[in-house]
Amino acid sequence: MESDDLNRSTAIDVTDITVAYREKPVLWDIDLQVPRGVLMAIVGPNGAGKTTLLKSILGLVPMAAGNVRIFGRPYAEVRRRVGYVPQRGSVDWDFPTTVLDLVMMGAYGALGWVRRPGRAERQAALDALERVGVRDLAGRQISQLSGGQQQRAFLARALIQDADLYFMDEPFQGVDATTERAIIDILKQFREQGKTVLVVHHDLQTVPEYFDWVILLNVRRIASGPVSEVFTEENLRLAFGGKVGFLSPHEAGSGEHHVLERKGAGD
Amino acid sequence: MDLLSFFSDYTLRTVALGAALLGAVSGSLGTFALLRRQALLGDAMSHAALPGIALAFLVTGSKAPLVILVGAGLAGWLGAWFVIKVTGLTRVKEDSALGLVLSVFFGVGLVLLTWIQRRPDASQAGLDSYLFGQAATLVQKDLVAMAVLGVPALLLMLLFWKELKLLSFDPEFAFSLGYPVRRLDLLLTTLLVVAIVIGLQTVGVVLMSAMLVAPAAAARQWTDRLGVMVLLAALFGAAGGMGGAVLSSSVRRLPTGPTIVLFISALVLVSLLFAPNRGLLWAWFRRLRSRRRLELRAVLEDLHALSLQHEDPYHSHRTAVLRAMSEGHGGADRSLAELESQGLARRVGADRWALTPAGAEEAARWFGGGEGRA
Repeated sequence: MESDDLNRSTAIDVTDITVAYREKPVLWDIDLQVPRGVLMAIVGPNGAGKTTLLKSILGLVPMAAGNVRIFGRPYAEVRRRVGYVPQRGSVDWDFPTTVLDLVMMGAYGALGWVRRPGRAERQAALDALERVGVRDLAGRQISQLSGGQQQRAFLARALIQDADLYFMDEPFQGVDATTERAIIDILKQFREQGKTVLVVHHDLQTVPEYFDWVILLNVRRIASGPVSEVFTEENLRLAFGGKVGFLSPHEAGSGEHHVLERKGAGD
Repeated sequence: MDLLSFFSDYTLRTVALGAALLGAVSGSLGTFALLRRQALLGDAMSHAALPGIALAFLVTGSKAPLVILVGAGLAGWLGAWFVIKVTGLTRVKEDSALGLVLSVFFGVGLVLLTWIQRRPDASQAGLDSYLFGQAATLVQKDLVAMAVLGVPALLLMLLFWKELKLLSFDPEFAFSLGYPVRRLDLLLTTLLVVAIVIGLQTVGVVLMSAMLVAPAAAARQWTDRLGVMVLLAALFGAAGGMGGAVLSSSVRRLPTGPTIVLFISALVLVSLLFAPNRGLLWAWFRRLRSRRRLELRAVLEDLHALSLQHEDPYHSHRTAVLRAMSEGHGGADRSLAELESQGLARRVGADRWALTPAGAEEAARWFGGGEGRA
């Protein structure tokens, strides 16, 4: 059937999402379709509702209206296939636990009630830490981590969820260049594995380099689609209200994007 | 009181066991309250228990421990529910909601208690001991009631360890994994109510929240592992509870609650001051050491600068000059002695100092310049 076909190629299908906080709309009537296997940036000015969009899809924020389908099913049915990397600042890093312990929390969903993580989860966590380049920090108390290391620990926790769809809230916020590289590498691996990733992103300059899809958001959806089509100066001006000091995004971006695509094709 | 009489004295043994049990339960569960920054919720819930105690007595006419504790638990739980509803449905912030619930419930409880005490019959005697606690009144029946409530609470905590840990650290992530966060929250709140309720007779509603917060706060100082922290908090709670209860029941007219809290506070104080890494003493020592290192570097830099001026790396200088240059960071004599012991500077005659070859090399590496001549 035709709709089945659509389900197979669509990771997220969101219609009419509206979120209000004390009568003030934070998100207004958002429709969004995200095909499978893309890296998508969520871009917009402060207060545009980027984080709220993620959280409302995940059910963390109550919606006034809207319908969310993930892989063609209600979110509750496919939860196990969805991973979430919250903002670094959303937890207390002085919590008494180790990096390894934190990463193993990514396995809690698959473990289910009461069962404790065992040797397999431990090994998975160590492998995930290896992949993000901080395996030597496994035994550290989490309060001893730098900002970049915290972000990598969060990323490792998401890795062992082994999801098909990831939501990441500002993973590049305040991290060092090495960490940024490490995150980009993981994102590329995700794309190669056909996983879909939605990332709340702040740095407009790097959008064309890092992502292939984008949604421009400012309470309403300004535009969404492939970066090459949608990430235009005009749309940016619509989203940011003409205040962007941005040197011709399309030109600057499309070149780099092209390079990335060629590399991908060669692999 | 010697050890023998402690174990042979039935009353004392009951009191000590009861206080230890309540300390262990409230200490370990309080750890989760502390980590979730819900310390004040415990305070509100324990004060909110008072009208429950009074009403339970008024309705049933009984002072049986289980009856009173169930009344107290329901009222405490209702208080917590009010806090959640008030913050969720109105613009009142959580701290105000906590203050409101605490004072309103406690006020109603006091009014009811006063009214009960004015009544002519004598059956109400002793109900007011729930304010500040009276461990001496504990009998075996109470101990059984405490164990019946406390042991299952601890077992539930151990059973849902992983879930409670995740809830305390990252509730939104827990939700995204599919855990029913609100129900877990409810479970933890209920366990806290149980911890409060079993302490009411011994510690009293006014100071019970200290039993939740203080052992956990002390334990946090000594460890970075949740498991160890819970265990330590349980031990601290049990030790403080036992010490305070035994002391207050062997000295006449000494209320138990305040005595226990004094014991626990002493543990907290020691932990805040002396715990390795997190303790204040440790931090002070670390600061001192890094200041000494900086002073040492400053004097080395001074010697280096002087030798550059004289175009002779080993030129010696009077101590007074170095002292004058050290004005503002101080400790020139001490630093020079330390540099000497490290072989970086040497004494020339009675009152002059010069860099050694090792010192000149070290200084050149730190501050640059003059390498060519060394």
